[in-house]
Amino acid sequence: MKFGVVRFPGSCDDVDALHAARRVGEAVILWHRDRDLQGVDAVIVPGGFSYGDYLRVGAIARFAPLMEEIDRFARHGGLVLGICNGFQVLCEAGLLPGALLPNVSLRFVCRQVDLDVVNAGTPWTRACRPGDRLSIPAKHTTGRYWAPEPVLDELEANGQVVLRYATGNGFNGSVRDIAGVSNAAGNVVGLMPHPEHAVDPLTGSVDGLKLFQSAAALVPA
Amino acid sequence: MTVAARHRELGLTDDEYDRIVSLLGRDPNGVELAMFSLMWSEHCGYKHSRRLLETLPTDGPRVVMGPGENAGAVDVGGGLACAFKVESHNHPSAVEPFQGAATGVGGILRDVFAVGARPIAILDSLRFGEPAASARSRYLLERAVAGIGHYGNSIGVATVGGEIYFEPAYEQNCLVNAMCLGLIETKRLIRSAAAGVGNVVLLFGARTGRDGIGGASVLASAELGEADAAKRPSVQIGDPFEEKKLLECSLELLDRGLLVALQDLGAAGLTSSSSEMAAKGGVGLDLDVEKVPLREAGMEPFEIMISESQERMLCVVEPERVAAVVAVCERWEVNATAVGVVTDSGRLRVLAGDDVAADVPVEALVDACPAYDLEPAAPGVPVYPAPPATVAEDADARASLLALLGSANLASRRWAFEQYDWLVGSRTVRRPEQADAAVLALDGPEPRRALAVSIDGNGRRVACDPYRGAVEAVVECAANLACTGAEPLGLTNCLNFGNPEKPHIAWQLTRAVAGLGDACRALGVPVVGGNVSLYNEGGEGPIYPTPVVGMVGELPDAARAGRLGFARAGDAVALIAAASWAPSPAGSELAKLRGRAPAGELPAADLGELRVVHAAVRQAVRSGALRSAHDVAEGGLAVAIAECCIAAGLGAELDLGAVAPALDPEAVLFGEGPGGFVVSGPREAFAAFGAAATILGTAGGDELRLGGRHGLLAVPVEELAREHADGLARLLH
Repeated sequence: MKFGVVRFPGSCDDVDALHAARRVGEAVILWHRDRDLQGVDAVIVPGGFSYGDYLRVGAIARFAPLMEEIDRFARHGGLVLGICNGFQVLCEAGLLPGALLPNVSLRFVCRQVDLDVVNAGTPWTRACRPGDRLSIPAKHTTGRYWAPEPVLDELEANGQVVLRYATGNGFNGSVRDIAGVSNAAGNVVGLMPHPEHAVDPLTGSVDGLKLFQSAAALVPA
Repeated sequence: MTVAARHRELGLTDDEYDRIVSLLGRDPNGVELAMFSLMWSEHCGYKHSRRLLETLPTDGPRVVMGPGENAGAVDVGGGLACAFKVESHNHPSAVEPFQGAATGVGGILRDVFAVGARPIAILDSLRFGEPAASARSRYLLERAVAGIGHYGNSIGVATVGGEIYFEPAYEQNCLVNAMCLGLIETKRLIRSAAAGVGNVVLLFGARTGRDGIGGASVLASAELGEADAAKRPSVQIGDPFEEKKLLECSLELLDRGLLVALQDLGAAGLTSSSSEMAAKGGVGLDLDVEKVPLREAGMEPFEIMISESQERMLCVVEPERVAAVVAVCERWEVNATAVGVVTDSGRLRVLAGDDVAADVPVEALVDACPAYDLEPAAPGVPVYPAPPATVAEDADARASLLALLGSANLASRRWAFEQYDWLVGSRTVRRPEQADAAVLALDGPEPRRALAVSIDGNGRRVACDPYRGAVEAVVECAANLACTGAEPLGLTNCLNFGNPEKPHIAWQLTRAVAGLGDACRALGVPVVGGNVSLYNEGGEGPIYPTPVVGMVGELPDAARAGRLGFARAGDAVALIAAASWAPSPAGSELAKLRGRAPAGELPAADLGELRVVHAAVRQAVRSGALRSAHDVAEGGLAVAIAECCIAAGLGAELDLGAVAPALDPEAVLFGEGPGGFVVSGPREAFAAFGAAATILGTAGGDELRLGGRHGLLAVPVEELAREHADGLARLLH
């Protein structure tokens, strides 16, 4: 299994995502200006502040040359995981439904949160069981998931709501406590919490590793 | 105005002006005068503090780079060095707290990556006026914390610790000190000395604008006053995205071995960076200001030379490598422009095309800055008024404990640290409020080694006794490290004081530096760098003298890093106390809440004994014998025990009857003084401490029950936790 981790100028969690992916497979950095996915089996769009995010978050990153390749890759069923800023970028790029708005507190919040696995059938959550609870840190200013009500109903019906904040854990005001969603096909998943920061007992939790293991299990080493 | 009269406006004395004239053999022109005024300011030239700083111990077996470079560095084993430094951004933050604090973080990050190290952690030491009494203090706190978060979070460096204290003496002059740690292979450390006549000087990073003109002299080296709003243009504006690119670009340039020397642009901008690089290399530089990329047209040469625009670096490159350097910069979308050359003239020449705008000997700018002896005199009358009382003298122990836990200084800092990314980098083994110091794992095979870092300085206690208070700041950091199992390697300090030209401030500064030096020597911790911030005074007087100490230590096994909270029901709890431990009400948090002025005799620290006790605690944590360790500090023993309960969500049944029978029962509960630790673990773990250990009881249950000569103090842990959790938020709206 070969993961590619995108690096935009302003990516902050790219190295952590690289190291997390290397616990279960190979991983390389994909440079934002290149149009080369280097033959990877899965793409991770990591956290950070791509291009500074001085405009609406993710709004500039979606125009990166590399994003055209990721778009094509995703639409042909390639595995893509967007974490935090990566989730925002994938929503901006139209690869995932909905949008991320500023937290209700309007503040950056960094906190360990509990997530409930809603759909354990996606390529990124297959190592979980429905109802599993994952302890994973979240940290963001703009993580309030939003979509119109009819879209939300459709997402729920299609199993596209992948992760929810456990009761009392949703600090950002996300509609229906949604923490992560997928596209209709399920190959593209985005979430605000940071599974790459929950892969080592030394730093607090290993629950995030399940997302990487899920994807790795799909491609023989 | 004539040039001769302008020097006073720029902060130079008549004597200093005459000295410049004799060094040049003529009157300086306007550009030269502006350059001298900055290089000879307190902020850059340390003219009132240099002689004191020279008394601090700077040597040690683990020191690989001492004071004088962009950051100091210590050997952390495995061929790695940790570069670190603390720096103040007090006056800019008092004028514009968001940008002031943000650029304080940006500046200290650049100091660390200027030596080639990748920044891994930030800590902050903040001081404000009383939040309950002052809307301005609440505003400064909110905006400074937001500014630190904005910069640190956006650049992807974890903010892992820090401290915030509130005292009336900081009402007009808040303190914002930022510390950064970075890691680098020791053999790759780069210095800032320019070398190689004919080599090219490249400026890279942001364009140069009019922001921060005269920041070092106008803001940092004079008292604050009523006209401060007009000084806002002297505050720099930060752009963490530009800095993130600059950081990655700089490290890639160093990684590829393309640079001869590297220096960040901080206070006094191009003037200080270029002259210091030249001075260290014993060479001259010719700079052409017409080549400097500008943000706005029509900037004068003097403005370009002293602008403090952020996110800029200066490097020296061999001519044949310039193209490679520019290519790396282009990849990172960073501007890079050749602005000068290294010469053998020993002079800094500022050219504006064909004109010579300034031509001064480098030595005159950097090394000829006068150093003044202070004229210290102990104050004849109290310097600081008593704060308003918020706790009654006759409040019982239970009420006092709850008041302390919910007070501005002791309440949980969760409100602040949740606004910081404390985990990026995947090293944070102990996050805020888990242990007395932050613990950061190092890369490598299992067991992974780790660094521990703590920042501390209690200004109120230094106001009581500058010598003993400063000793305590060093001891406190060392004690915090011991509780995580770490051995100190070195420290950095930031000396925040009032106007040193006043005898009583000179006395505070002199005594405090003596205390720092003695504590460092006794505990074997060298000073590898630091910063001085003087003239911290508002209309109502000086700040509390506030030496802030940041200390870095090492642990052999990150997995065994100590925690402060009781770990298991049924564990025995003990007090480990030095024989010299003698907590007293003087200068304590409770004394403050009772409205006492910062005065009275602090207990003396027996530094030789404390070094032994710290070593014993450290060893017991490292070996895994202890399951928790927490230093007894602000609020005294009762607060320390309550913090152990809150962190664990676990009660305890303890009896203090046998603790320090010679002391007043209230001093045992709430008195303060160095040398005490609350630890827990199996009973046999305490045997190693001999007479220093007093077994207090057992952890467990959901209530803290604290018996002793004061009677019985019983509080549900939930109530302790609520007071502690809500204290700060309650004061902020």
